[in-house]
Amino acid sequence: MATTSSKEIIRALYDDDDVILKAVKDVREKGHRVSEVYSPFPIHGLDHAMGLKPTRIAIASFLYGCAGLTTAILITWFMMNHDWPQNIGGKPSMTWAQNMPAFVPVMFELTVFFAAHLMVWTYFAVNKLYPGAEAQNPDKRTTDDKFMMEVPVSGNRDELVELLKSTGAIEINDVNENA
Amino acid sequence: MFQFTSKAKILAYVLIALGAVSLIIGFTSVPGDHHAEGHDTEMHAEAGHGDAHAEDTHAEEAHHDDAHHGDDHAEEGHGDAHAAAGDDHGHAESHGAHGDHDAHAEHAHHQQQNRPWSAFLVNTIFFLAIGIGSIFFLMIQYVARAGWTVGMFRIFEAVGLFVAIPLIGMLIIVFTGAADVHHIWHWMADGIMDPESANYDAIIAGKEGYLNNTFFIIRAVVYAAVWFGVIYLVRKNSLKEDQEGGTKRYHKIFKIAAFFTVFYGVTSSTSAWDWIMSIDTHWFSTLFGWYTFAGMFVTALATLNLLVVFLRFNGYTPWLNENHQHDLAKFMFAFSIFWTYLWFSQFMLIWYSNIPEEVTYYMQRFGQYNTLFLIMVSMNFIAPVLLVMSRDSKRVMGLVSFTAVIVLVGHWLDHFIMIMPGSVGEYYGFGWAEIGGFMLYAGLFILVVFRNLANAPLLQKNHPMVVESKHFTL
Repeated sequence: MATTSSKEIIRALYDDDDVILKAVKDVREKGHRVSEVYSPFPIHGLDHAMGLKPTRIAIASFLYGCAGLTTAILITWFMMNHDWPQNIGGKPSMTWAQNMPAFVPVMFELTVFFAAHLMVWTYFAVNKLYPGAEAQNPDKRTTDDKFMMEVPVSGNRDELVELLKSTGAIEINDVNENA
Repeated sequence: MFQFTSKAKILAYVLIALGAVSLIIGFTSVPGDHHAEGHDTEMHAEAGHGDAHAEDTHAEEAHHDDAHHGDDHAEEGHGDAHAAAGDDHGHAESHGAHGDHDAHAEHAHHQQQNRPWSAFLVNTIFFLAIGIGSIFFLMIQYVARAGWTVGMFRIFEAVGLFVAIPLIGMLIIVFTGAADVHHIWHWMADGIMDPESANYDAIIAGKEGYLNNTFFIIRAVVYAAVWFGVIYLVRKNSLKEDQEGGTKRYHKIFKIAAFFTVFYGVTSSTSAWDWIMSIDTHWFSTLFGWYTFAGMFVTALATLNLLVVFLRFNGYTPWLNENHQHDLAKFMFAFSIFWTYLWFSQFMLIWYSNIPEEVTYYMQRFGQYNTLFLIMVSMNFIAPVLLVMSRDSKRVMGLVSFTAVIVLVGHWLDHFIMIMPGSVGEYYGFGWAEIGGFMLYAGLFILVVFRNLANAPLLQKNHPMVVESKHFTL
């Protein structure tokens, strides 16, 4: 996701999640920006160490839940009371409000369904994971047991390389990204 | 070390003194209550028994009168009264041969007499919930080998040990009930299991194998002994662990915890049937044990959240931070939802199937107790959902404690609404006995829990997972 215009990027490879977590903190402390980290599994506290903004997916989830609840209220009213009025549990009032307890399971399930599904699709879309999307993983080894950090070069390149090596990088690669 | 300040001590003693005094007023002012508060039902007035049941002797006289009269008009009147009140205790059938005027008068008299005892039972169950819920929470931490809570174990222990006080209160209510001092549990009434008796009730008699005084008392004593015995042993071992080190004590507590989890799994349900569900003796719900347990556990979690906030705010527990608070508040939030889920499951099935003997339970609660009932449900469900659903709000001490207070009030009301309709019916209120009982227990709670906290270091230094707890982040 790094989009620096024709800038040199250094990719540092690590072989331990604790080491790379510490390295991210150290590199950022020295004033560099860590644009991306690749890891085979989620690393606890990495988002905080990278200085990522808190996710807003919770807000989206709440809105999706409200949409689900509204949908459930509308379809129960339409199907059970309006379009084809039904006698529910021997209570032929045919009004939504008086039959509401019978609809609570529907309301609950659709709220959860909407919130969960739309949240997953939103997550995929935001992360550009859709059918036919190009692979974003620069190094296959990060899907097995290695961890990689991308740092755009700002200032002296050699100093940065030295810094990365001192934090425990086992391999350093230069990339020229043309945007 | 925790300091039990003299200010807190004074507060505790004042609460105990005020509570005891108003509880005594509540108990002594029973017979006049009914007239003073103008609770006369239409039925009483109609039947001309307005005065008859004010005192025992009068009720007796009325009884003799009625025995000579024909039963016809009496029966009519009585039937109406029950229909109007939406109240079906089966007293109509059980007292049939007695002359129904009299039966109803006696029933109403019992209900008024029950009020201070019922109020005491509500408060006893409420504080019992805090104690036994804390023990359960502590025990599942050991069984699950959880690490994050270790820094709070001493707080759970302190609250858990408090369970002795409400257990004593509960035993008092059980023994006085068996001795016919009060009539909270209708199945204890004289002759109700005896086919020869005028009081005979076939449905209740069918439950005699479980609901009889001997077995009832044995069960109550066993619950009390084992529940308190478990927390006593855990505390003893945890204090020894501080001295000895090693993991021997830890494994010992693990075994106790495994036993308790199974034992409480059964007794949480049976105690709820015994002490609460058997008040509405005809009615039953297979979900009741779980429902009561959920309410009790939330009550305990809300109290623990309040205590942790209190201790953190006063700087006694520097090893506890917003991460621990977050997870503890999560428990309170999650079990509020769980409680609502069970409340709704119990309600909806009964509402939907609409079977008379089941529906009476909710008829009374949506009738006489309507406002309280609806307030209670919204306090226990909507308040936690709106206030502590988001991650950030669970980390703010003020918001967590505010929610905890709402949840505590809500669950006090929940216990009130579980107990009162069956034992006092329309004669409920919030007077000397209700408030006094609460203050008495609250004072004892502060006294006992703070003393327990002050008696031992607030951190178990030799617990194998104490470091994990300190480093817990979320």
